[in-house]
Amino acid sequence: MARRLLARLGQAAVVLWVVLSAVFLLIHAAPGDPFSFDAPNISPAIRAQWRAAFGYDRPLGEQYVRYLSSALHGDLGYSHSMHEPVRDALAAALPRTLLLMGVALALSFALGVWLALVEVRYAGTWRARLTHRVALFFYSLPDFWLALVMLMAFAYWLPLFPAGGIVDPVLHDYMSPGRALLDLLRHLVLPALTLTLLSAAAILRYQRSELLEVLPMDFVRTARAKGLDEHTVLRRHVLRNALLPVITLLGLAFPALLGGALFVEKVFAWPGMGYLAASAIDARDYPLVLASVVVGSCMVIIGNLAADVLYRLADPRLRRQ
Amino acid sequence: MPATSLAAIRHELTRPRRAAAPLGTAAGTRAALAALIVLGVIAIVGPYLWHYRPTAQLDIVALKSTAPSWNHPLGTDRFSRDVLARVLFGTRISLAIAILAVLVSATVGTTYGVVAGYAGGWIDAVLMRLIDALLSVPRVLLLIAVLALWNPVPLWGLILLIGLTGWFGVARQVRAQALAVRDRDFATAARALGAPPWLVAWRHVLPNVLSPVIIATTLAVGDVIVLEAGLSFLGIGAREPMPSLGTMFQDAVAQSVTAWWAVFSPGIVIVVIVMAFNTLGDALRDALDPRQLPGHAMHEHPEPVDA
Repeated sequence: MARRLLARLGQAAVVLWVVLSAVFLLIHAAPGDPFSFDAPNISPAIRAQWRAAFGYDRPLGEQYVRYLSSALHGDLGYSHSMHEPVRDALAAALPRTLLLMGVALALSFALGVWLALVEVRYAGTWRARLTHRVALFFYSLPDFWLALVMLMAFAYWLPLFPAGGIVDPVLHDYMSPGRALLDLLRHLVLPALTLTLLSAAAILRYQRSELLEVLPMDFVRTARAKGLDEHTVLRRHVLRNALLPVITLLGLAFPALLGGALFVEKVFAWPGMGYLAASAIDARDYPLVLASVVVGSCMVIIGNLAADVLYRLADPRLRRQ
Repeated sequence: MPATSLAAIRHELTRPRRAAAPLGTAAGTRAALAALIVLGVIAIVGPYLWHYRPTAQLDIVALKSTAPSWNHPLGTDRFSRDVLARVLFGTRISLAIAILAVLVSATVGTTYGVVAGYAGGWIDAVLMRLIDALLSVPRVLLLIAVLALWNPVPLWGLILLIGLTGWFGVARQVRAQALAVRDRDFATAARALGAPPWLVAWRHVLPNVLSPVIIATTLAVGDVIVLEAGLSFLGIGAREPMPSLGTMFQDAVAQSVTAWWAVFSPGIVIVVIVMAFNTLGDALRDALDPRQLPGHAMHEHPEPVDA
């Protein structure tokens, strides 16, 4: 197990290196640099001075080594739109995205697995068909569109929840800790619910096909033959075996969830990674855009690693190896 | 409860097994096919069906953001353009982007997968590690970075970028299939007859790995429609005044409370397109993927069913 984990960590490091190098190449293959913006009153001499000050006049190889070493030291550059180091901007945004994604991940797994069980248990009835259609509908929705519909429905027409942001911009600082937490949760409801509905549909589809693959196996027939009721068969024998592959989905769902979070954050003005990346695009803040890609990739790599480890811990057949 | 369990056993024995419906018999699949045919017709002749031009600003004072009416069944947007004309044209743009991008992905992914699976050995190992790395980059973030850096990207560049970031999953599936096929008897026989590797790969491996590609490609069209709409929504996809469904959305989102029709219409069309492609993809999976059929679970028959 330890050796396997070490090998996976090594693999993750290689992947991270590939990502960092690709991002570096992207910056340098793109036309222009941070100082070639259009401003007629800045002379070429001043631009050259800036380039020298920030190391843009160095050979590409040297810049690459400097970039790698500073990235490894946690220095991802300076964000000119946020007026702070990229690291600080990310440190503020990342926990908010993780909160949103964590809540959505937990809820959507619970919802997706439960609905898959409903669909398989009541196969061939209106209940299964309805679940299937509704899930397909949500699976087909563009993330930002559902976010907008939720926003209009529950913040404008039926103003139950705040329209955006993470806390009340004025009153939050004056609230007691309990009220402050409630305020945060109230702001979390709509974005988390949107993201949950979107990814639950994907998890349901995956879990359903896993359940259908376990269902024709002999031990299921045995369980039925010895007189267990269908509910127990499903819960004890089918679900337990069909749940394992879904753990890997935990890692695989990460990129999709991250992409979804991006749009959901943009619509709900949730100040996380997606919102940061979107405003960085608007401001042409290259270091921040690229750092978001690197951090996003790190999250995916960690997600994959976690899924792999969890999978091995959850499956007794693999644990013994 | 001996009686009930006997009944249960009898029920179990006589119960109809889940059988794959042939393509086109399920009502949902038929509806999806019908929707796709209608959408295809709209994409080809749609812009000629309606007399307003999608980019014409009809009357910026009198017709700015007007509600649906007899003259403008889906209303007008904030530049007084006819929403129906834009939806008809946007369907063409979005579908064209998605289908072309998905064809790029399918071609690259299949080639890569067949090469890796057929070559095997260290080539396969290296190619697959590379896929692992590529799969860990969140596609949306990567596209955003590239599109923002090279802003503005022409339409063919957008298509190519979306296509070139979407083939990793296909390559992996094809590779697994090719690995299974290359040691089958017919491939060995072809080699024994002296066929060069490329010919064996082309004639004997490729046709046997195509069904996962067809399934994945059909499902990917829906994903790409949503992706393109999302990128356009962020302002880095298709460009104004070209009415892709996502561009229309971005354009109208600020007025979503007062002029909801301009947001609603492109959204509904996206949902219909994506649902149709997903339904069709699921139906194709049921029809083509032997793994999903009862009695063909992997542990029982490790050999893939002959195509």
